[in-house]
Amino acid sequence: MKTAKKRRAKAHQVAVAAAALLPLSLTACGGSGSAGSGSPNTLTIQDYYEPAHDPIYRSCAKTTGVGVEISHIPGPGLIPKVLQQSSSRTLPDVLMLDNPDVQQIAASGALAPLTDYGMSGDGMVEAVVKAGTYEGRLYGLAPSVNTLNIFYNKDLFEAAGITEPPRTWDELRAYAKKLTGQGRYGFAMSNINTYEGSWQFLPFMWGNGGSEQNIAAPETAQALQFVLDLQNDGSISKSSVNWSQDDVISQFIAGKAAMVVNGPWQIPTLRKQKNVTWAAFTVPTRLASQTTVAPLGGEVYTVPRTGDKAKMTKAGQFVKCLISPEMQLESAKLRQTVPSDLKVAAEFGKSNEVIAPFVTAVKTARARTAILGEEWPKAATRIYTAVQAALTGKADPAQALRQAQSQ
Amino acid sequence: MTSADLRLGAGAGPLGRGARWSRLVRRHSHWLFSLPAIAFVALFFGYPIVQNVVMSFQEYTTETFYTGEAPWVGLANYVTSLSSSLFTTTVVNTALFTIGSISFQFTIGLALALFFKRNFPLSGFLRSLLLLPWLLPLIASSAVWKWILDQESGVLNQFLGLFGIAPVPWLVSPGLALAGVIGVNIWLGIPFNVAILYSGLQAVPRELYEAGALDGAVGRKAFRHITWPSIRPVVSVVMVLGVVYTLKVVDIILGLTGGGPANSTQTLATNAYNKSFVEFDFGQGAALSNILIVVSLAFSLVYLYISRREPDE
Repeated sequence: MKTAKKRRAKAHQVAVAAAALLPLSLTACGGSGSAGSGSPNTLTIQDYYEPAHDPIYRSCAKTTGVGVEISHIPGPGLIPKVLQQSSSRTLPDVLMLDNPDVQQIAASGALAPLTDYGMSGDGMVEAVVKAGTYEGRLYGLAPSVNTLNIFYNKDLFEAAGITEPPRTWDELRAYAKKLTGQGRYGFAMSNINTYEGSWQFLPFMWGNGGSEQNIAAPETAQALQFVLDLQNDGSISKSSVNWSQDDVISQFIAGKAAMVVNGPWQIPTLRKQKNVTWAAFTVPTRLASQTTVAPLGGEVYTVPRTGDKAKMTKAGQFVKCLISPEMQLESAKLRQTVPSDLKVAAEFGKSNEVIAPFVTAVKTARARTAILGEEWPKAATRIYTAVQAALTGKADPAQALRQAQSQ
Repeated sequence: MTSADLRLGAGAGPLGRGARWSRLVRRHSHWLFSLPAIAFVALFFGYPIVQNVVMSFQEYTTETFYTGEAPWVGLANYVTSLSSSLFTTTVVNTALFTIGSISFQFTIGLALALFFKRNFPLSGFLRSLLLLPWLLPLIASSAVWKWILDQESGVLNQFLGLFGIAPVPWLVSPGLALAGVIGVNIWLGIPFNVAILYSGLQAVPRELYEAGALDGAVGRKAFRHITWPSIRPVVSVVMVLGVVYTLKVVDIILGLTGGGPANSTQTLATNAYNKSFVEFDFGQGAALSNILIVVSLAFSLVYLYISRREPDE
C-alpha cells in the first residue's frame, strides 16, 4: 500500500511539472504541415483568411499556370504554425503574414527577397513598402491594406445637431460629451492589454507627433491624457480596458456607442445589420494643422525559402500576380480594404463612398515596424501597459508612460 | 574468493557463465518490469523538463526556429525575470489567487460534501449536477462568466441593480478584477473538492458515529472528533493537489481578463504564457515557468511527506 501511494504521489509530482510545460512542447513538436511536398507544379498557400478568398488564388493560379493547395489557419495560430514549419523545413510556397510580423520572420532568414522575382513596390503606398522591408530588403507586399478611422452613428449625430465630423480633439471631446446619455456612450475604443489596444492608441499618439522609440514624451502624454479626459467626462466606458475591437463594434451596432475607432474590415458586418446608419471619418488631431497619422494594417504575401528554386520562382510569379492592380482591386472589394497602389486606391475611393475616408487615411498611414523593426512587439507591450495604467487610475499619464518605458 | 573457486569457474566454462547470467537476470529482472514506465516518464516528462531548463539558459526567439541557433546566455533570462517590476506583482497575485481560491473552494466543497452525505430524494442527481462546471470547456465557461460579470450589461450587475446597488466594475477595476477571477475559479474548483471529500466521507465507518452517539458526540462534536480526524488524509490530498493545480491556472484568467486591467490579474503562469506565446521570447517564458515548477515541486514534496506519514490502512 505504501509503495503504491508513493508511486502515485510521484506520478502527480511529475504530471504537474509536465502540465506546466505542455504549451511549450506543443509548439516544439506538432504535426507537420502539408507544405513542402506535392507535385512540382502545385504551390502551397497558407493564410488566415476565409475560403471566400479562394477565387483570387484560383484566378492567379490560372494566370501563372500552376495548381494551388490552400490552407487557412485561424488567425492566432498562424505564427506558431509558421515557427513550427520553420524548424521542420516545411514552410509553404506562398505565405501570408500580418504586416507587423514580417520583420521577425524575415530576420530569421526564412524568407526570400521579393526583388529576386522582379517586384519593387513602386507606386505603392510608402507605408506598405516599409512594412515589408527588413534591413533594406523587400520581403513582403500587400495587395490591399487597412487602417483605423472613426465610425459614427448618423442618426445620433443628426439628433444632436452635429453636421460636420470633428476635426480636432477638442471638437471630438465636446461631441462625445454631447452624444453621451440614455445608457449610451459618446465614444468607444479598445484599450485592452494586447497589441490590439496599442494599435488603437496609435492614431492619437502618432497624430500628435509621439514616437514608439520613447513613449515617455510629452506628445504621447498629451494623447494619453486626451483618452483619459474622455473617460473622466464619462464619454467612454471604463470597460474599454477589457474591450477588443470586435467588442467595440458590437457596442456600436447595439447603439450603445455613438462613435467608435475601428477599421474597414468591419464594413461587411456593418452592412449586414439594420440597426444603425453609419459613416466614417479620419481620426482627428489635437490641432487642426496636424496631419492624421494612423497605423497601417493588412496582410502581406511572402515567398519562404523552401529550398526548391524552381518552385520559389513560380511562387514569386504567383505573388506578383496577387499584388497586380487587378487583383488589388479584387482583394479590396472582397475585404473592403484599400488597394496598396495609390492610383488604384484613388479609383476605388471614388467608386466607393464608404471606403473614401480610409483611402485618405492610408495615404499618410505609418507601418508599426517602420522605426523599430523586429523590436516593435516590445514597444507595443509598453504602450498598452501605459494606457492601462493610466485608464485604471494606477498612475497619471506621464508617470504611466515613464514607468512603461523603463520596464 | 579462493583460488579453488577461480579454477572451478574457469574449468566449468559455459555452465559457470550460464549460472552467472541467470543470477544476473534474477537479481535485476524487477527492473525489466519498470522499464516501460521509466521509458515513458523519461520520454514524455523528463525530456520536456530538461528541454525547458536548457531553453531557459538560452536566447530562444522566433529566429531560433529557422536557424536552429539559440545563443547560451547563462542566467540572463532569470535575472531579467526576477528584476522585472512585474515579477513582484505576479508573485503577489499568484499567492492571493491560490490562497483565495483554495480556502473558499475547500470550505464550500466540504460544506456541500457534508450536506450530500445524508441521503435525501434527488441527492444523487443534484450531486452529479454539481460536477457540471468541471465538465464544461474552460474557455466556454470563461466567456459566459465574462458576460455575467460585465459592468454595464452583465446579468450580475442587473440583478444587483434590482436592490439599488450601483454597477460593480468586476473585471474592470484593478482592485476588483483579481477578486472576480478568484470567484470564477472558486466556482470551477468546487466540484473537485466535493467529489474527493464526499468519497472521503463515505469511507468513514458508520459504527464510529453510532459509538460516538452513545458517548454524546453528535452534530458539531461528531464532526470535530470523528469526521475530521477520519478524513484528514483526504483533506491534505485535496489541499496540496488544489494548490498545485491553482498555481498553474492560465486559461480561466486569459479568458476573463487576459491578465489585465493594468496587470492586476497577471500571475506567474499567465506571464510565462505571455512571454512565450505573445512576445515569442521563449527563453524568458521558460525561465518563468521553471520558477513555477520549483514552487509546485515544493508543494508536491509537502504532499509526499504527508502521504508517507499516514498510517497504513
